[in-house]
Amino acid sequence: MIRLEPRPDPSNIMIGLTPIFAVIATMIFGGMLFVFLGKNPVDAIRMIFWDPVFGEHAFYYRGQILVKAAPLIMIALGLSFGFRAGIWNIGAEGQFIMGAVIGGATGLALYPLDSFLVFPLMIVMGSIGGLLWALIPAYLKIKFNANEILVSLMLVYVAFNFLIGMVTGPLRNPDGFNFPESRSFQDFPSAHNPELWAGTGIHWGVLITLGMVIFAYIAITRHIFGFNVRLAGQAPRAAKFAGVDPNKMIAICLGISGALAGMAGLFELTGPAGKLTTTFPVGYGFTAIIVAFLGRLHPIGILFAGLLLAITYVGGDIIQSQLSLPKASIQVFQGMLLFFLLAVDILVNFKIRIGKGISK
Amino acid sequence: MKLLKTLMTGAALVVGLGGVAQAEDKTKVGFVYVGPVGDFGWSYEHNEGRKAVEEAFGDKVETMYVESVPEGADSERVMTQMALDGADLIFTTSFGYMDPTINVAKKFPNVKFEHATGYKQADNVSTYSARFYEGRSVIGHIAGHMTESNTIGYIASFPIPEVIRGINSAYIAAQKVNPDVKLKIVWVYTWFDPAKEADAATALIEQGADIIMQHTDSPAAMTIAEEKGIYAFGQASDMKQFGPKARLSSIIDDWAPYYITRTQAVMDGTWSSTATWDGIKEGMVAIGDFSNDIPADVQASAKALKDALSSGATHSFTGPINKQDGSAWLAAGETADDGTLAGMNFYVEGVEGEVPN
Amino acid sequence: MDISIVSLIATLIVAATPILLAATGELIVEKSGVLNLGVEGMMIMGAICGFIAAVSTGSPLLGFCIAALSGALLSLLFAILTQYLLANQVASGLALTLFGLGLAALLGHSYSGIKPPSTPKIEWFGLSDIPVIGPIIFNHDLMVYFSLFLVFVVWIFLRFTRVGLILRAVGENHDAAHALGYKVIRIRVLAIMFGGACAGLGGAYLSLIRVPQWTEGMTAGAGWIALAIVVFASWKPWRLILGAYLFGGVTILQLNLQANGFDIPVSYLSMAPYLVTIVVLVIMSADRTRASINAPASLGKIFHASS
Repeated sequence: MIRLEPRPDPSNIMIGLTPIFAVIATMIFGGMLFVFLGKNPVDAIRMIFWDPVFGEHAFYYRGQILVKAAPLIMIALGLSFGFRAGIWNIGAEGQFIMGAVIGGATGLALYPLDSFLVFPLMIVMGSIGGLLWALIPAYLKIKFNANEILVSLMLVYVAFNFLIGMVTGPLRNPDGFNFPESRSFQDFPSAHNPELWAGTGIHWGVLITLGMVIFAYIAITRHIFGFNVRLAGQAPRAAKFAGVDPNKMIAICLGISGALAGMAGLFELTGPAGKLTTTFPVGYGFTAIIVAFLGRLHPIGILFAGLLLAITYVGGDIIQSQLSLPKASIQVFQGMLLFFLLAVDILVNFKIRIGKGISK
Repeated sequence: MKLLKTLMTGAALVVGLGGVAQAEDKTKVGFVYVGPVGDFGWSYEHNEGRKAVEEAFGDKVETMYVESVPEGADSERVMTQMALDGADLIFTTSFGYMDPTINVAKKFPNVKFEHATGYKQADNVSTYSARFYEGRSVIGHIAGHMTESNTIGYIASFPIPEVIRGINSAYIAAQKVNPDVKLKIVWVYTWFDPAKEADAATALIEQGADIIMQHTDSPAAMTIAEEKGIYAFGQASDMKQFGPKARLSSIIDDWAPYYITRTQAVMDGTWSSTATWDGIKEGMVAIGDFSNDIPADVQASAKALKDALSSGATHSFTGPINKQDGSAWLAAGETADDGTLAGMNFYVEGVEGEVPN
Repeated sequence: MDISIVSLIATLIVAATPILLAATGELIVEKSGVLNLGVEGMMIMGAICGFIAAVSTGSPLLGFCIAALSGALLSLLFAILTQYLLANQVASGLALTLFGLGLAALLGHSYSGIKPPSTPKIEWFGLSDIPVIGPIIFNHDLMVYFSLFLVFVVWIFLRFTRVGLILRAVGENHDAAHALGYKVIRIRVLAIMFGGACAGLGGAYLSLIRVPQWTEGMTAGAGWIALAIVVFASWKPWRLILGAYLFGGVTILQLNLQANGFDIPVSYLSMAPYLVTIVVLVIMSADRTRASINAPASLGKIFHASS
């Protein structure tokens, strides 16, 4: 009989080892999946994990991994604060969109002004856009006790439709033959977020994300705010006695995640995406939730989790074109990764005991 | 950093050149699709074109494809990947791939790119599109004859020139044979969403439409039409299996001739950057078989119209035609020029409703 | 104005049925104290498995049965994660959604573009010819009536049966229920599987009747709407019907208005169902006494016997 026995303290060894277990388990089961699909599992696994980082064209792929990882990490950092405190912002995708729309609109309104102030202004407006969008569920939760999961989620669909409305109307490129998209930011140098060093994929978003990781690390481990967040999540009543105002916590946590998501949206818009279109949102807001959990809500963990997931995305494209595998296979792979991580997570707090007998 | 840049460009050139060298043995052709090849619509037909290339050239060619590639950075990465893997010719099959195609083309000057439905060219980037509006004329003609309620339901995706052209073209042809005919248009703001398309079809049928036309990619509307016992036209592919009784005819995208020609050009070394806008004549737009429900005389006149469009004797947009607000657009006998058509953002007289935004 | 109210109502009932089925299942799950965000994943698995079954055997009925089974099996993964391995419910639910969407797309890869066997509408001996009431009430397929019947059964179960009472007890206070000797984990696992089966049925309704076709990602957020409707209904079965029909109605209305020539900005009208859901959510939750009586107190909390 297998029993779970609680550990007195969370095992530090396990915290480090479990992600590795999860990855190995995913490789094994993922490999079986590929065999089932009629492909060589070793080739497939190699293309997903190895080729993007060390393979033949890795000089290009490495940059792409950073491009893909940056928004995921930035959004996940914001989400992690809320998640620790038990505040579930599932609508990061909507905040991402609104940040891009509002920040982008600011820039487009200033076109073709040539000033180094345009881009920073857009960043600020993008963050504000995401922040305000996230404050809606915050306000509704504080004032009316409305479940923030559902409100923030519904707002994703509202934001998406708003984007379509903007892109087919006010923000449509006047020189664009009536197509439903905005002017390209590539044509607007003051607002463009280019690759800073050719071939590396590093744009402003990547740099600021790295800065945010450090910032978040300091905040969560050394700052009183980080302490309050952790306290609110683990012992809500104690937090209340300690004077942590739950309403303020809700507003700040949702606000931070909204602002970061909005900022990520702005960077993505002015850089890799290039312009506002109806297909601008690609699900980063949702994938970031997975990154947050994979990284155990810790900034450094999130950094690695973001990179790992980005590698699977890039690798996923490789197996699609090289092995003619459908896109869905990488989605299943990512889902498996999260499943296994959640499953082995228990080893951190519990020991497995086999056999009967009273525990000593 | 400069060294890195030089190394990068050098590397890219080497690989690009390597790609050309490989052309001696096999020509590699890449395809980037915006949707799944199983959509039985847009991406499906492009993939059929790819298969035709494989069949035509056999061992001399190797094709690769990636489906459901979102527009933006992801498409740029996929294209770069294909170029790095030695592709000599890459077809990017969605309007939204325009800037990514230009960007990647710059980095790989020895790889040829063909961008569908776009308008930006470069030395190694061609554009191509089909005169779907010619097909709309033919099916509009049939619809005008076949409708009994005088209401044609139109499921439109986005208010872009291509879609508006299609609406206008269908209406003009229908109205010519049936002056009382009306169009009811629903905008679904998506190219592919079977549930939404099905709902839109249902709504149109409820509002009295007895023929459905669509400018979206899935066979959902055809399926609903079959269920409700009314008629519809296949879009991009024949869609007969979805509407054995409902399907009157269809507009079929046939990319095979163009794809084979362009691949041959790359193999011969005669490829150059062109802007192609082909229609029925060149075989890019095909009209599906006529259903037996269409009376023989209508079948004959529809075929005559198709032949006339093919030979150039007739043009889908021939005056006298006014704009929706009544102002004159085309004088009697005057035909619309490609430029106006490419940027069309107005309805012609008789079409009800406003173009969104 | 020419909108046919009758056919509008008839269509919205069909549009609402998948959500109603999924929401009914999720209601039971949440009443037992578990928050399963993976409804979208379970729905789409039901959609493809039901589709494959129906196409392979030619029987839509069998398709629905297999759909329910596949939803239940997928939810078992969630159950193991959250009940035995004590994983976080929010993350597990999201993982389920991601995995389900991917797996469904993979399974369905070769099934695009196939037409499923059609499900006949129930003949009520000419009752469907009665004007107004006829098309609205009597012209539907089996699953519409089944969804309403299911709500009825769930209501009876929760209100009048002993097992329903135990379920509610587990949802309100799992420690107390455990102390009383009830098998908390077993009950929750069963509830989760029921929820999975219902979501599977809802998904199959989409692929076999409503669209009817298989496409990747065809649920398009229906699972999330179902979750919202459970809250909307204050966890009361009958209100689920109201919520589902309201949501279906707003969606269908905007298309009909368009088809009628109303020049409303389409994208803003498409927002309407979601905004309406938020407004109703807020109203429902604002009444704190009512809301707190109905939300299961242990919703989302992890249960471990020894802690």
